[in-house]
Amino acid sequence: MTARRRGGPPSPSLGALELFAAEPPPARAESRPASRAARAVPPPPPRNAQNGGDVAEAPRRAVYVEEAVPGATPGSAVSVMALTATARDVLEGAFMPLWVRGEVSDFKAHRNGHWYFSLRGEDAQLKCVAWSRERRRIPAPPDDGMQIVALGRLTVYPARGEMQLSVTRMEAEGDGLWRKALELTRARLQADGLLDPARKRMLPRYPRRVAVITSRDGAALRDIFAVVQRRCPSVEVVLVPAAVQGDSAPESLCFALDQVARWGDADLVIIGRGGGAREDLWAFNDERVARALATCPVPTISAVGHEIDMSICDLVADLRAPTPSAAAEAAVPVQSELRERLRMSAATLSALASERVARARTSAADLARDIARGAVRRVERRRLELESSAARLHALSPLATLDRGYAIVRTDDGGTVRSVASLRAGAQVEVVLRDGTAAATVERVVPNEQLTAPGNTAEATA
Amino acid sequence: MTFESSMERLEAIASRLEDEELDLDTALALFEEGVAELRAASAFLTQAEARLKQLNEAADGLFRVDDLRD
Repeated sequence: MTARRRGGPPSPSLGALELFAAEPPPARAESRPASRAARAVPPPPPRNAQNGGDVAEAPRRAVYVEEAVPGATPGSAVSVMALTATARDVLEGAFMPLWVRGEVSDFKAHRNGHWYFSLRGEDAQLKCVAWSRERRRIPAPPDDGMQIVALGRLTVYPARGEMQLSVTRMEAEGDGLWRKALELTRARLQADGLLDPARKRMLPRYPRRVAVITSRDGAALRDIFAVVQRRCPSVEVVLVPAAVQGDSAPESLCFALDQVARWGDADLVIIGRGGGAREDLWAFNDERVARALATCPVPTISAVGHEIDMSICDLVADLRAPTPSAAAEAAVPVQSELRERLRMSAATLSALASERVARARTSAADLARDIARGAVRRVERRRLELESSAARLHALSPLATLDRGYAIVRTDDGGTVRSVASLRAGAQVEVVLRDGTAAATVERVVPNEQLTAPGNTAEATA
Repeated sequence: MTFESSMERLEAIASRLEDEELDLDTALALFEEGVAELRAASAFLTQAEARLKQLNEAADGLFRVDDLRD
């Protein structure tokens, strides 16, 4: 009796009838309306709590009397309702949730959100249902003809009297469902234009502050921080913590993106996590996360998993980095290169300024030269003017007369002798000639009778 | 004033000095402004230890950036 033992599949030899006889509805029955099962089926015999259902160790006494067993005689016939309800309880009690392999057929997604389909084997088929609120972990609806394995609880649907598998998880061969889910999401985002390459923004060249949306304890944060420390410690890394796997991850990632948007103080956001199983990375394929990423006001880098993992977020982000470390490399510049760029910028600025100053100096010198030239020209003009004035002056000067051979006689008090009347014999006079003077003494004075008569001159001896 | 805005301003100043016929006063004023931008940008590069922070949102919607300690 191992069917209900945890950790193992039901024993294949175990028949439902054996179960029915040996082990009536287990603990699960307590959660159902007790009256329904109790009407048709006697209450379960007391079980040895320590030994569970292991009949080999603790054989139960066969206490049923034929007349007391419902349905054993026409008189004790049970109702259809009671039987199917009991059958359901028995089936549910007999099997752990288990994976079943088969081919999908007659798939229908009902308006109410539930999925109905059959799983076919060679000569058998099994009705299946996936309730809308129980199939969060199923990436996409399967297609007819798909080979899948489905995890479900075996149960009975009393209204139809059908055995059915209530499916909560599903996997298709060759990752069919995951691929299909990705394609469906991708098609919806594409239709809304969110995958348009023209939407991709440039990353800031020199971010001051990089927001990192990831788990606080994951390797991604450590990897990103290590790269920033190495390349450019001036850049601040701000964790915006979020769950990156599990059912709450999509919502958590959306909330973190919303926080970054409302905060408004990041220059860039990296969203991601380290590698993991496909299901662990699945939140980054969530359509809500992709849409939140697309509307993020800050440029985005996605860094999900390893090199080969491509997520929907990767398609939407402004840049897709293969790993968190690569995202950090793309996000921040190398500090030494910045220094170099700054040094060159300083050199350029200083060269341009020097050049401008030199130009100014040159034009100032030109100006000074012009001014000087002007001054020289003015002086020359004045000199020429002066010369011509001097010439005129010279022509009028008595000195010019001397040039022609005349002499001037001056008395010793400097007065010019204009008449012999002012001289007498023995007077000292000065005779001024063109090239010098001579001192002379008047010997005798002979006044002219007529001014015009020749020899009517004062004779002097030098 | 961020490193990025400083670098952009420096490039703009350089191209004005290079391409425009500026009077000397304007050119020198631009040069001085450029020197100030250079100082600001250099200050950004003096940080030697990277900082790891965490964004925290208070109930009133105000954000705080706190040191994240391991």
